[in-house]
Amino acid sequence: MLDDVIKNLLAEVSDLPEIPTNGAFNIRSNGASAGRHSTENIQIEPKVGRSGIDIFIQPGTKDENVHIPALITESGIHDVVYNDFHVGEGADVTIVAGCGIHNCGESESLHQGIHRFFLGKNAKVKYIEKHIGEGDGNGKRIINPETYIEGGENSYLEMDTVQLKGVDSTKRISSAKLAAGATIVIREKIMTHGEQYAETSFDVVLEGAGSSAKLISRSVAKDRSRQLFRSKIVGNTDCYGHSECDAIIMDDGIVAAEPEIVANDVDATLIHEAAIGKIAGDQLMKLMTLGLTEAEAEAQIINGFLK
Amino acid sequence: MLELKDICYAADGKQILDHINLVVDDAKFIVITGPNGGGKSTLAKVIAGIITPDSGQILLDGKDITGWSITDRANAGISFAFQQPVRFKGVTVKDLITLASGKDLSTAAACDYLSEVGLCAKDYINREVNASLSGGELKRIEIATVMARKTKVTIFDEPEAGIDLWSFKNLIDVFEKMHEEIQGSILIISHQERILNIADQVVVISNGSVSKIGTKDEVLPGLFGVDTGCRYFQGGNA
Repeated sequence: MLDDVIKNLLAEVSDLPEIPTNGAFNIRSNGASAGRHSTENIQIEPKVGRSGIDIFIQPGTKDENVHIPALITESGIHDVVYNDFHVGEGADVTIVAGCGIHNCGESESLHQGIHRFFLGKNAKVKYIEKHIGEGDGNGKRIINPETYIEGGENSYLEMDTVQLKGVDSTKRISSAKLAAGATIVIREKIMTHGEQYAETSFDVVLEGAGSSAKLISRSVAKDRSRQLFRSKIVGNTDCYGHSECDAIIMDDGIVAAEPEIVANDVDATLIHEAAIGKIAGDQLMKLMTLGLTEAEAEAQIINGFLK
Repeated sequence: MLELKDICYAADGKQILDHINLVVDDAKFIVITGPNGGGKSTLAKVIAGIITPDSGQILLDGKDITGWSITDRANAGISFAFQQPVRFKGVTVKDLITLASGKDLSTAAACDYLSEVGLCAKDYINREVNASLSGGELKRIEIATVMARKTKVTIFDEPEAGIDLWSFKNLIDVFEKMHEEIQGSILIISHQERILNIADQVVVISNGSVSKIGTKDEVLPGLFGVDTGCRYFQGGNA
């Protein structure tokens, strides 16, 4: 049975109101499994000798979902978990991960989810990851996700990662190596406030001909929070890479962007765009001429920006 | 009724508005014209509350709104269509029209405003008001947002700029329909003779002052030749 705090967290990070009765899922609560279910096409097996699971998605699996939320409600927990996704040739699935920490205590709670994706030829994955922190204790809420992607020939992975509140510190590492014709699209949305710190690091190697990567980061840094955005795209062949970092800074927020693109082949096309700045005055003014107060206009602009 | 009394404004050592007096009666259609740099756009911004005048008074229905914020003026019934519409990442056309209308708007109702400005509603309603839209598209969306407000005073700053792919006739139809439906006052800053032709009153502003005011028949004959000597005044941001 799940208590209400866990249920709320579960709903927030995975949109699951309850432990589901069907579909593939693994719910991790305070460092232990709180429910697991495999289907005919998707087998979830615990790892031997280390914490975590292997998720085997059979070739050709279509329109199935896997939910693997991780929840922490006890103060002082340091949970490190290794989850490997083996996605078979031609499979087309949605994977919903994410972590919620509810820390009412004085000790630091940490979740470090290390996810590796092995995508077979022509496999297609939509990967959704949502991180939230809550609770009124002084204990820090720390989430450090790591995502490693090996994209097989003509595979496609789309990753949406969102962290909008309550996480005191996050270091997010994502890396990918793509074979011929493989594509990844990563969209990241981050908002930090108070004294929070968020660091993002993308590292993509475009190895196969016709591979492509699109990394899009939108973030808002409020109060005295700090963010660091790093991205590196290496093109070793005829390929296309595009990274885009767009940040709004408010109050005493600080954002640094360190883009790097390396073309090792004359046919590599790599682009980086970065823009950091406060909300444009004319945007506020326009919404105020529609009757919004300055604070309402600001909220509207940020909501839209992070939508 | 909107009244401007003795409005003065200077910037960078230059007198932009120099003792402007103007009365805009209810339900009047007024076109403000004049040479570039004459102070027309500044005057529009003073009315909307974007620029605070150095001296003078602005009265709306007899109430002194000179010290009011942009928001308060908007809520009191003043709308302003920007000469250069603003882009927003992530805010959709529907979001903007809904905010403008001040209430929950059905998609169908929001689409009606887009159709009126000649945009195929289904292609635009869910698009972001960002750099993917052309200047002309943005301009028409800007007009749609002020239409959705239905306020007693609506100011358009050079609405014709950038709408070259849409006929003037349609733009004029929009103004006339708005005027008829809302029964509010419409102030348009324009250089276009065809827009001047539908005005109840034409106000010529040059060198920061009202140099001429009257019906189109009174003002227009002497207009093309004033200051610039050109048949049409071109562009302008002042």
